[in-house]
Formats: sequence, structure tokens, C-alpha cells
Amino acid sequence: MMAQALRVLRRTPLHAVVIGMCLIWLIPAIGLLVSSFRPPRLVAATGWWTAFIPPLQFTLDNYRQVLGAYNMGRSFMNSLFISLPATVIPIMVAAYAAYAFAWMRFPGREILFTIVVGSLVIPLQMTLIPVLRLFTSLDLVGTYPAIWMAHTGYGLPFAIYLLRNFIGALPKDLLEAAAIDGADPLTVAPMTVTVSNLVNSLGQNWQLLTAAAFISMSVPLVVFFTLQRYFVRGILAGAVKG
Amino acid sequence: MVSRKVRTQAGLSTVAWIVIMALVVVAGAGAYYYAQRRAAQPQPQEKIGGTVTVLGVWGGSELESFLAMVKPFEEASGVNVEFEGTRDLNAVLTTRIQGGNPPDVAGLPGPGQMAEFAKAGNLVPLNTVVDMNAMSEQYAQSWIDLGTVDGNLYGIFIKAALKGLIWYNKPKFEQAGYTIPQTWDELMALTERIAGEGKTPWCIGLESGAASGWPATDWIEDIVLRSAGAGIYDQWYRHEIAWTDPRIRSAWEQFGRIATNPKYVYGGTQGVLATNFGESPNALFTDPPGCYLHHQATFIQDFIQKQYPNLRAGEDFDFFAFPTITANVPKAVVAGGDLFGMFKDTPQARALMKYLTTPEAYAIWVKRGAALSPNRKVSADNYPDPLSRRAAEILTAADAARFDASDLMPEALNSAFWKGTLDYVQAPHRLDEILGNLERVAQEAYKK
Amino acid sequence: MASTLLLAAVVMAGVPLLQFGYAVLIEAGIRRLPERRQWALRPWLWLAPALGFIGIFLIYPAISTVVLSLFDARSVRFVGAQNYVFAFTHPEMLIAFRNNLLWLVFFTGFTVSFGLLGAVLTDRVRYEGVAKTVMFLPMAISFVAAGVIWKFVYEFRPAGAPQIGLLNAALTGLLPGFRPLAWLVDPRTNNFALIAVAVWVWVGFCLVILSAAVKSTPAELLEAARVDGATEWQVVLRIMFPLLMPTITVVATTMIIFALKAFDVVYVMTSGNFGTEVIASRMYKELFNFRHFGRASAIAVILFAATVPVMVANIRRFRQQEAIR
Repeated sequence: MMAQALRVLRRTPLHAVVIGMCLIWLIPAIGLLVSSFRPPRLVAATGWWTAFIPPLQFTLDNYRQVLGAYNMGRSFMNSLFISLPATVIPIMVAAYAAYAFAWMRFPGREILFTIVVGSLVIPLQMTLIPVLRLFTSLDLVGTYPAIWMAHTGYGLPFAIYLLRNFIGALPKDLLEAAAIDGADPLTVAPMTVTVSNLVNSLGQNWQLLTAAAFISMSVPLVVFFTLQRYFVRGILAGAVKG
Repeated sequence: MVSRKVRTQAGLSTVAWIVIMALVVVAGAGAYYYAQRRAAQPQPQEKIGGTVTVLGVWGGSELESFLAMVKPFEEASGVNVEFEGTRDLNAVLTTRIQGGNPPDVAGLPGPGQMAEFAKAGNLVPLNTVVDMNAMSEQYAQSWIDLGTVDGNLYGIFIKAALKGLIWYNKPKFEQAGYTIPQTWDELMALTERIAGEGKTPWCIGLESGAASGWPATDWIEDIVLRSAGAGIYDQWYRHEIAWTDPRIRSAWEQFGRIATNPKYVYGGTQGVLATNFGESPNALFTDPPGCYLHHQATFIQDFIQKQYPNLRAGEDFDFFAFPTITANVPKAVVAGGDLFGMFKDTPQARALMKYLTTPEAYAIWVKRGAALSPNRKVSADNYPDPLSRRAAEILTAADAARFDASDLMPEALNSAFWKGTLDYVQAPHRLDEILGNLERVAQEAYKK
Repeated sequence: MASTLLLAAVVMAGVPLLQFGYAVLIEAGIRRLPERRQWALRPWLWLAPALGFIGIFLIYPAISTVVLSLFDARSVRFVGAQNYVFAFTHPEMLIAFRNNLLWLVFFTGFTVSFGLLGAVLTDRVRYEGVAKTVMFLPMAISFVAAGVIWKFVYEFRPAGAPQIGLLNAALTGLLPGFRPLAWLVDPRTNNFALIAVAVWVWVGFCLVILSAAVKSTPAELLEAARVDGATEWQVVLRIMFPLLMPTITVVATTMIIFALKAFDVVYVMTSGNFGTEVIASRMYKELFNFRHFGRASAIAVILFAATVPVMVANIRRFRQQEAIR
């Protein structure tokens, strides 16, 4: 009893810090959530926390407007069409390149890798005009394949950089062990990249303030929550033991 | 990876088949898609048909008004008007023009930018697109001149706004016993009186995203026009006189007498800089009023009525014209407006541009409120409330109308002007440095 | 719509198949070659698709950027280093350099340390999944939406009026006599206010990557140290930390690059006004608003050059990594 109380007491700071961080991260977003249910006039006049003081004045109008007038349903599908292939393609392509960078030796490897990672820094804005010119000459402007290809090009350096580090950090015998029992070591690392990529391309699109912002967050969050299990302790460690 | 290599040695031919199949399917789907897109290209027909793409900054009620405006056109011509909205018009327009894929028709940020696009050969001249005779009959020459570069018409105005109005809360203003000032000195006297009573005279809000600072440039333009006159005003935006000219400098200082005095503005200078221009007039209507006077163009009426739907225009709030500053300077007003230009010469774009210049088109938007028509043939009966009717009358009756000077300047200078006003409100003692910098930007911008 | 749906489905299934098949086919192809030639050729074939994409979408535009940086506004007249002189002397650019330095130090420092703290601490609580999701949540938000969210935090109303911004409301409520601050306008606070938003967004990313690394530290090693009587602090600092070092470097590199490229938050919230300009926002203005392609390109090249030291450090680390395995 005493020991347990002591244990709880000793762990209090830990919980305080974790819960405190969660609150700091959550409260601004709660402000958005609450505001999305308030009439615009009130949003401009009083703080969102006052919404809970009677008389309660909540409304679904913002959502109705965003879903109706701005054709969110269609944007939503568009976003899925853009983001799913735009996530899968770069990771597939990057996995091969990262593997080559991590485990093969060939002349010019370091220079090439520097260039690939260096291209992370190229400001995308500078590439828009030349790329659009290319698409115009191929009559691909505004088509899905064009968008997928562009996302692939832009997403690759980051994916290669992260994957190269995951793959490079794996002990050599892990790869061999995995090869023997048929488990694919690559499935673990890409998951992290997948999530961050998917979240980026999905979260990027609509900007219709509160209600839209909230709808746009829901999908990436569900994806992230579902993929949580891939971040659980022991996947890599277990593989080495196996 | 290794596992795949090991595993697949045996079944190589099966895999090769799968790959070839996948390749065929992907290529087939791509070709089908591509062909479909091709087929969807417009075919000119009798009732024209097809599509015209329009790029603009509008959203919300402005977009609804525009769509209502083009609806009769769509029905009559069978042309589908596809509006693409963006908050960042400059970025999208520049990218698409440089990328060789401009929209058919686009809103232009201002006559200054229009001239830049026209000189670069991006815009299609409209002389053969619209009926020039009807244009000169229906528009004041100044509106046509604003859309003209090197003798060719490139831009038409979709709607206009009257600037230089001072808005006030009528019941509260009268209750306090104030009277409408006729001269700048009277305005300053009223300002001092209100402040002396322990109240705040002005609401000023300069925040407007990437364009923050523009409401202050409107102030300075109004002051230059009424203190130095239209002639100096023209020389100023054409950069025939320097930014450091004493007449320009004193206009900044006169603005600064109000905007940088923490007793005169609601929330002090931080309030001026941090308040959004659209939310700024709200303080007129709080109880007790946060302020008594607000300087803004006609379109602010829409913002006021969105926030306070129960207020009646003309009874609960009203405006008076920016007062005379120098007695012998002829009365002049500053106007603003939204320009449209044509980037691609298609039959559909031509038809749309022609339609947009007709009085019938303007009447639709004007009736919906919050906009004035640059076309004289739109009768005053179309305006939905006494305030916009009066504004329209002032606009047509003015001895001299001048366009928003900052919008006439090259974009680099316009943007530096916006930013300069923010720096000035934050640090008034740096005025000489700010004007010197603007002069440098101007010298470079007018050189090219 | 239907054809798009079909296309998307085909691409989703087809591309991995193609990639897989590509590997199999090239393996089959080069197997016919002598062993030595095989190893000379293989890496290039594996890299080819990625290099193709990067070449078209990034390297080619980058080269054209370098060329354009030596030309005038409309890219017609050669002006030599003039655009670079502008970039290094213009007062706004000097402010931008200073601010990027602030971003480099504070953004990188806070994202990595919060990420690390979160990764180590959430590993020890039962509601780990929820806690991590909460901190990851901002990653799911576009920068425009993040801007809106933080407007509700930083919003300023004159003293006396009801504060609708959380920060001013809390401070005026808790500290008597506190005068509300315009956080994004006041030059003492605005850069830090912007960096805080970016930190809020990116900590989730650092957390997830670092958390994966924490999970892969061998439990036996930690347990052995505990049995030997090490305190929890010692376990974390002496054993876990060195094991995490490679991942921390990766995360820090990524954050440094983002700090240099910092743009969205600044553009959405202050547009670079009030002394908050950063290099990338200035580049954006030169490119899209002033259409001075020469200056925009020169600024982009400088941005690129600034990361060379980071790249060198990374390459050195990779060499070490390869030396020890």
C-alpha cells in the first residue's frame, strides 16, 4: 500500500509533464473546434471559451456552408485521389534508391547522395514555373497524373533521406535474418514516412477557415491513429531476436 | 529486398507476366484518360458552348454576386463560366503565365500590374473584343483610360468603390452633440474634442494579410488629393515628383497626427497595426462606442452589415465625405475598382468580356449591394439602399475622379508603400528614412 | 469521375507492381553480365527511377535557377553578380538573415528537444497512443489552418475590450495590470510568436521518428543497467541517449533545413511585416509579386548554399555509420 502510494507519487511529475504537453498541444486546436460551431459574429466578438457560458449559441451553419457551397465532398475525393498515389509512388521509388545508397558501393555515391539530400533545400516555388512549362508542353496541366508525378518528384528527397537512415542503421544480420524468415524489413520504416507524407498531402488542401480546417484534419488523424500499432516497441528489436 | 531476390528466382516468368500486364493496364488507363480529356475540349458551335476559365480573388458573397452576374450570360450563350478562386492571385497568375498556361480571363490586382502584364505581352487587347463606341458612350473617359496602355484597351472594370468616406454611428454621434466637419481643421478640432472628453475619436485597422497597410495608403492618397490637388497627385503616382517632396511628406505627417497619436486611435498604435481592416469599424457600434469615426471605402458597408445585420444603412450608421483641406483645390474623389483582363483569345472569353461591360450585367451585381457600377447607364434605382445610391451619385458627379494611386504604381512600389505606412505608424520618427527608401524603390521601379 | 477512380485504383496497385517488376527484370537482365559488370551497373539501375524524378522536378529547375540568378528581372540581360549584391545588402534581406538565424537556433532547438522529451516520456505511460496522437495532431493541419488556430491565441483587442485571444485573455485575467500585447506586431515578441507556431506543428514529426528510435533501443540493455542500480536518469542519459544520437542527427538536420526554408507560417501570419521577414518569404515576394526572377533566383541560390555545411556534416556521419558496421 505504502509502496504503491510512493510509486504513484514518484510518477506524478512524469504524468504532469506528459499531460501538460498534451494540453498545450490540444488547447489551440480545441479553440478551433469550438469556433467552428459558433456563429461568425460571435467569433469576432468574444473568446471561444465564453461559448460555454449560457446562453449557449452553437450552430452547424459553418459546416453546412462549407460542405454545400464549397463542394467539400468533391474536394475531399480530389484530395484522396491526389494524396494516396502521391504517397505510395514516392515511397516505392525511394525505397529502391535508399537501399542502393545504404548497401551498395559505387563511384560517385556520396556526391550523388549529397545532391539528393541537397535537393531537399530547393525552394519548391522556384520549380513551379519550369515544371508547369513542361506539363504545358505535354498537355498534362491539371490532370491527376501530372499532380502525382509532381508530388513524387518533390517528395522523393525527403523519403530517400529518411529511408536511407532507417535502412542504413539496421544491422546487416537483421537484413539477412529477415530475408530468411520472409519478413520484409522495409515495411517498418516506410510506415513512418507514409504517415508523415500522407498527412502532409491530405492536410494541405482546403483553407475555408474553421469548419473546413476541422474536417480536413479528421482523415489524417484517423490514419495516424490506425497506424499507431506500427510504432509500438519491439518491432525492430523482435526481428533481431527472431 | 534481399528476400524478394531470393524468393523470385524460381517464378521469374510469372512475375514478368504480371509486370507486363500491369504495364499494359497502366498505359491503357492513362491513354484512355488522356483521350477523354482531348475529347472534352470545346467544339465551337452556333450557341458557342464550351467553357471559359476565370481566375480571381473572390469568395463568399462577392463570388456569389459574380456568379449571379454571369448566370444570364451562361444561359444565353451556353458557355460554362468556371471560376477558380485563390487568395494569392499574384502567385497563381505569375506561375500560370510563365508556365505557358494562363487562365482565359483573370482579375488583375490593379492598373499598375495590368500595365506590367500588357507590356510583357501577356494580355490580349480588347479593342476588337468589346464595342468601343458603346464603351465611350457608357463610361467616363477616365475609367477607359485606366484600362488603356499604349493606346490599347486591356482592362475592364467589374465593379467600382468610392474611397475617402468617413463612417460614423449616427445616433451616438448626434447624441454626443457632434457635427459633421466640412474642413480638415474642423475634423481635427472634432478629433481633439472627442479625445478631450476622454473618449477615442478614431478606429483604424491596417491588417490585411499580405496587403497590410493599404488602408493607410488610402488615407495618404485622400490627403494628397485634397491638399496638393489632382495635378500633384498625378505627378506623384507617375513618379514625376519625389517621395521626399514636402507636399507628399506633409500628407504623411497629417495622417500621422491622427494614426500615431495613442489618444486618438482605438487600441493605440498596436491596435492600428494589429486590427483587421474589416473588423476595425465594429468598435463604432459597441456600447459605449470604442470610437466615433472610421475612414474607409464604400465596400466596408458589407462588412458592417455582416457583423451587425440589424443596423439600417443611413439611419443607424452613415458616412460623410473626407473634408476639404486646402480651400482653393477643386473637389476631387478617389475611386477604386476590380479590373478584369483577357489572357487567352478564345470565342468564349471574348463573349464573356463583351457581356461584362453591358449595363445589364452591372445592374445584377449592384442590386445585390456592396458595389458601385463604373458604367453610367446603370440607373440609380438599382442601388438597394440610400448609402450606396448616394455614393454612386458622388462618384458620377465629382469634378475630378482619381484612381487609387497605390494601385497605379508598379507592384514593387505599391507593396513598399503599404509596408512603409506600417513602419511609419510603428516608428513615426523614422519618416525621412522611410520616404528615402520609397524613393529608391520608385527610381528602380520606374526605370524598367 | 469514374475514369479517374479507375485510374487511381490502377495506379495504386500498378505502381508497386511495376516497381517490383522493374527490380526483377533488371536483376534478370544484368545476371547475364559478368559478375564485376553486374556490380558496377546494379546501383545505377536501382537508382534510375528516383534520379529521373529528382532530375526533372528538382535538379533541372535548380540549374535554371542558378542561371537566372545572373540575369535581370525579365531574364534577358546578363547582370553578373548584381542580384547577389542586392541580396546581401538590402536592409530587408539583412533582417531576413537575422530572423533565419533565430529560426535556426530556436526552431531546431525546441522541435528536437520537445520531440525527444515526448518520445522518452510517452514511452513510460499507458496512454502513450493518445498522447502521441495529440502531439502529432498539428501535422495534420495545413499551415493556413494553423495560422487560423493561432490567430485565436494571439488575437489582440485594445485594453478594456473583451479579449478574444487566448494568450491576452489568460494574461490579463491572471496578472492584474497586464496590458494586452499585439504579439505578432510587437518587434520584441513577433519572431518568437511565429517560431512557436512552427514548433507546435513540427514537434509531432520529431516525436514520431524519435519514438520509433526509442522503441528500437534493446530492452535488455536498459534492464541490465537498471539491475546494476542505475537511476532512470542515468539510463536515459548514459545508455539511451547515445543510442538515439544517429536519429537525433537525422531529425535535427531535417529541422535545420525546414528552419532555413521557413516560409508558410510567416507568410500566413505576418507576411514578413514588422521585422519578421525570412529569406524564403522575401524570395516569394520577388518571384510572384515583383516578378524579379533574377533576384528571386539569387536568393534561392543563397538558401541552397547555406545548407552545404549541414550536408557535409551528414556525409561525414554516414561514413562513420558505415565504418562501424
